[in-house]
Amino acid sequence: MKRYSAFAIAREAFRQHKGWDEAWSSPEPRAAYDVVIVGAGGHGLATAYYLGKRYGITNVAIIEKGWLGGGNTGRNTTIIRSNYLQDPSAAIYEKARSLYETLSQDLNYNIMFSPRGVMMLAQTEHEKRGYLRTERANALQGVETRFIQPAEVKKLVPIINIDGPRYPVLGALWQPRGGTARHDAVAWGYARACSDMGMHVIEQCAVTGVESAGGQVTAVNTTKGTISCKKLGIVVAGHSGALADMAGFRLPVESVALQALVSEPIKPCMDVVVMANTVHGYMSQSDKGEMVIGGGADQFNNYTQRGSWHHIEETVRALVETFPMISRLKMLRQWGGIVDMTGDRSPIISKTPLGNCFINCGWGTGGFKSIPGSGWAMAELIAKGEPGPLAEEFSMSRFREGRFIDESVAAGVAH
Amino acid sequence: MLILTCPCCGVTAEETEFHGGGEAHLKRFGPGSDDADYESYMFSRKNPRGVHFERWRHVYGCGKWFLAARCTMTLEVFATYPAQTLEPPADVITAIKSKRPEWEGFV
Repeated sequence: MKRYSAFAIAREAFRQHKGWDEAWSSPEPRAAYDVVIVGAGGHGLATAYYLGKRYGITNVAIIEKGWLGGGNTGRNTTIIRSNYLQDPSAAIYEKARSLYETLSQDLNYNIMFSPRGVMMLAQTEHEKRGYLRTERANALQGVETRFIQPAEVKKLVPIINIDGPRYPVLGALWQPRGGTARHDAVAWGYARACSDMGMHVIEQCAVTGVESAGGQVTAVNTTKGTISCKKLGIVVAGHSGALADMAGFRLPVESVALQALVSEPIKPCMDVVVMANTVHGYMSQSDKGEMVIGGGADQFNNYTQRGSWHHIEETVRALVETFPMISRLKMLRQWGGIVDMTGDRSPIISKTPLGNCFINCGWGTGGFKSIPGSGWAMAELIAKGEPGPLAEEFSMSRFREGRFIDESVAAGVAH
Repeated sequence: MLILTCPCCGVTAEETEFHGGGEAHLKRFGPGSDDADYESYMFSRKNPRGVHFERWRHVYGCGKWFLAARCTMTLEVFATYPAQTLEPPADVITAIKSKRPEWEGFV
């Protein structure tokens, strides 16, 4: 792999940019691998990357039904934060956030991590008390957050209306090292690094069945033939239920559509990420100038990757009150992704009833921000066969044992 | 936007007049049941790609609960029917089969 650098750009400038290699190769699958990972989104690729990087396991195939990063990795609002209430969540999301800090350097690929700061507005007394509690929890967890007063909110976000009338801003939970990153680049950077380690990234290859014998997975059937494996990792977000069904077990997961939209590009007007959970809308401005707006999830099971008009109306109506200047903006695009929601709104990184099959799912509405931490924890689980400290609380057995990591109550909304 | 017909009051209305209530026809395992059954009742869901039976409540109408058969891949609603039944009635099964011949049936 040729390293990307300023010198490489200068060198290529002198030869009409004919010397660039493809970022990752597209090989035909071999008959067998040590590890097969289903799903080449951010989480699957990160899992493969840390398998190679931390455990030296490189005889790995990452197989993908569509194209690389074309699922939820390319369908989110790119927000990165770790201001969670529960200890296991804060630990894994903070691990992810801290890995994002140096990910561009680690991958030699610019993922455009922008730690511009994330604030969660408190717009009711109840929410304010909740965030004051989170601030203290974060202090104990080593996550840097601070509760700020309305005047400081207004200073950081001049376009905000802090006076209500319906939901005045009473303060905000501020995470200065949260931010955004270029979502596609995260998938592309990991894929390039995996390919460089000799792993196979196989796109346009759907899994149609899972073969097992004696409680162990032996192979996966795909549209490009049968591929045997010593270990299988399932990292497919919204379609986890379908894969688990093929493998013969059931998950505590339901799939729903979560949607977002962007406005036409405008001049820079907001250089932080603002989340308003009471009215349920969140907004940031992309480098292109578009206002990126996240909205609500559908209330029913859904595998169609599109949203509903009334959710857009609800989200935008709420945001216009808090940000009056966006009322004249035209909305350019709208999209939906299929997210896998668990009962406690926390993910699953777990062993399964099949001994050598591992699953990583249930990230729900919080998948993008967790990619590096999730891959880190999942790689450890696959390599050692047992979860490490980041993953152990997220096992599937927590539902049977009643050990919920209840972020749904902590956040009150999707998170 | 789904359009649903409430079988209790007969009103046909947009999705915003209703509230979703999750998978239908769950068999309840309460106190005294074993851990696996209770976990399955509480958390495990079919989450199918295709025909799904689910509960809805006509919250901004008559307030009654009812059930619906719907496709999660296309959002097509096959039928809605009263909640006082342990499994989908024969006419609902027939309606689904006519649209989805390959459907394996209610299990």
